[in-house]
Amino acid sequence: MQSKEALGKERLIWMFTQMSRIREFEERVKRTFVEHPGVIRGHAHLGDGAEASIVGSLTARQENDLVMPSYRCHGYPIVLGTDARRLMAEIYTRKDGICKGFGGSMHLADPAHHFVGTSGIIGQGIAHAAGAALTAQVKKTGQVVFSFFGDGSSKQGAFHETLNLAAVWKLPVVFVLENNFYQAYTHIRLEDANFMAGDPLSQKAKAYSIPGVTVDGTDPLAVYEAVGQAAERARAGQGPSLIESRFYRFTPHGNAITVPPVPTQFQEHEAIEVYGNKAEFEAARANDPIPKFRKALIARGAISAADADRIEAAARAEMDEVVKFALASPLPAPEDAVNYVWA
Amino acid sequence: MGREMMFGEAIAVAITEEMQRDSSVVFYGQNMAMTDRDPYVRKFGKDRVRITPISETAEMGIAVGAAMTGLRPIVELYMSEFMLVAFDEVINEAPRMRYMSGGQVKVPLVFKAGFGFAAGWAAQHSNSILNTMMGIPGLKLVVPSTSADAKGMMKSAIRDDNPVVYLHHYMLTLDKSEVPDGDYLVPLGVADVKRAGTDVTIVATAWMVKKSLAAAEMLAKEGISAEVVDPRTLAPLDVDTIVQSVRKTGRLVLVDQAPRQSSAAAVIAGEVAEHGFRYLKAPVKMVTAMDTSVPYSAPMESYVLPSEERIVSAVKSVLAAQAAAV
Repeated sequence: MQSKEALGKERLIWMFTQMSRIREFEERVKRTFVEHPGVIRGHAHLGDGAEASIVGSLTARQENDLVMPSYRCHGYPIVLGTDARRLMAEIYTRKDGICKGFGGSMHLADPAHHFVGTSGIIGQGIAHAAGAALTAQVKKTGQVVFSFFGDGSSKQGAFHETLNLAAVWKLPVVFVLENNFYQAYTHIRLEDANFMAGDPLSQKAKAYSIPGVTVDGTDPLAVYEAVGQAAERARAGQGPSLIESRFYRFTPHGNAITVPPVPTQFQEHEAIEVYGNKAEFEAARANDPIPKFRKALIARGAISAADADRIEAAARAEMDEVVKFALASPLPAPEDAVNYVWA
Repeated sequence: MGREMMFGEAIAVAITEEMQRDSSVVFYGQNMAMTDRDPYVRKFGKDRVRITPISETAEMGIAVGAAMTGLRPIVELYMSEFMLVAFDEVINEAPRMRYMSGGQVKVPLVFKAGFGFAAGWAAQHSNSILNTMMGIPGLKLVVPSTSADAKGMMKSAIRDDNPVVYLHHYMLTLDKSEVPDGDYLVPLGVADVKRAGTDVTIVATAWMVKKSLAAAEMLAKEGISAEVVDPRTLAPLDVDTIVQSVRKTGRLVLVDQAPRQSSAAAVIAGEVAEHGFRYLKAPVKMVTAMDTSVPYSAPMESYVLPSEERIVSAVKSVLAAQAAAV
């Protein structure tokens, strides 16, 4: 793989573009709850703050590598080439949605773009990702599977059982533990033994004798390098690795859980809403990965401020269109519900 | 043409034939394929035949992901209760993926497990948890009772593009019966009349089919003609064949190894109440396990489980009920 220093200008601009697109998409999802109440049903989980980690990881992908994230899943398919209009239409419950209105925010899937699918049940997607890696291994496809999940998932049995078995079978999978410091609404200091002992969560890899690395998840190039090395190792038949990517999500766990007809929207982040810790939130905000990367690229001479402005404006324009498309898409016919039960 | 085969052997033959036929079939589980002498390992190699740790969530979860991406995994779970450790994968992962994706993925896998081990395994290893896996849209549930069905339905389960739970009854493992030669397939979702009769319909699955056939033989000696219907697949359930039998006999006894309200019998009785009420000459009767856990000691174990005598007596009671109504 190319070192992060050797990444070309075009690739760096691509990274910045994808990060901007994810941010703008997630901003639209969040605003929809205010601007178009009722258009999004159920629970939506946003990846704003995760852009550097998502894009850095996926920069390490090769053409046919598969991606299997948790239910906090909007960002990955945006990068993988899924039509963002159809992603939003799915979140808006529409017929033109990528899953035709059967899945919603938590259950996006686009296998044609290497985005196999997700589980809404915490941690289970980790096992599914290892299963995709078993397919790659048995069929000798050369693919690596990128598994993404939160710090909360790392306390699930599925995490521990899967890391052990993936190590035993040397499956070609990279486990990216996205540590955003909150397990749903609970701060990690209240529920993670490693964290409470002052250890990184990548420590969990030691239990299964696989590499465990902690990276700054607000630096896409650092994430790219760590995930890329793990992917190379996996592709070489040496088995899985665990990357702990640390970043902060800028919205709470999900939109507020309300019972219809009470409207729902995103409240303040748990740091403020639950724990009254505005300082923590403000510090994370000041470390926003997108302006940070923009600044780094300008300093590196990879991009001009004017070009960066143009990219961000294009992302905004694209996502304005995405919302228009999704709002205009019809709802599915009620009787469509009986489709896809059986293959 | 065919040959006599033990129930357990018929399953192994089916798996072997399907693995020979399709290189995307893989087979793994605990305590299997431990040495190179293992017959599956010798035939198919360690890539396709694997041993796992005691990790049901990983075993079944990996099967879901593998099935979504092009393999056809068979997971050997040994005992149906072990699925309970990771029931999310059975109920809420495997059968949901296709639907949630709007038909973009399929999940062709087989979760294979034994059940109903009424041989002193006590309360945690002798259960009949079939009812809990009925009525999960997208999940098939297969429960064979003969060697021929065991083979033909395993082959169909492996070829099916949906997740299939394949439960084989431990008490049938050594039973021998004829299995047709060659590529013998039994379609999923089709019930089978195991014995034709005219006076009463007995619906039973797995070991209870054997007991019901024995009871039918006893009843025949008394001039009572019982028809024994084996649904074979509990999901999707072939309600039509059952209702057609009830239409012919007018009376229904349901035999099930589970306690009444967690029995498949309760579900089937409900279907007949709706779709076959006009054919009934007497109320239906369920012969099920008692509302206890399965005890360890032999006399208590046989006391709580359905017996041939209880089936005979239930049949006589529905016949008597009809006589009383007249």
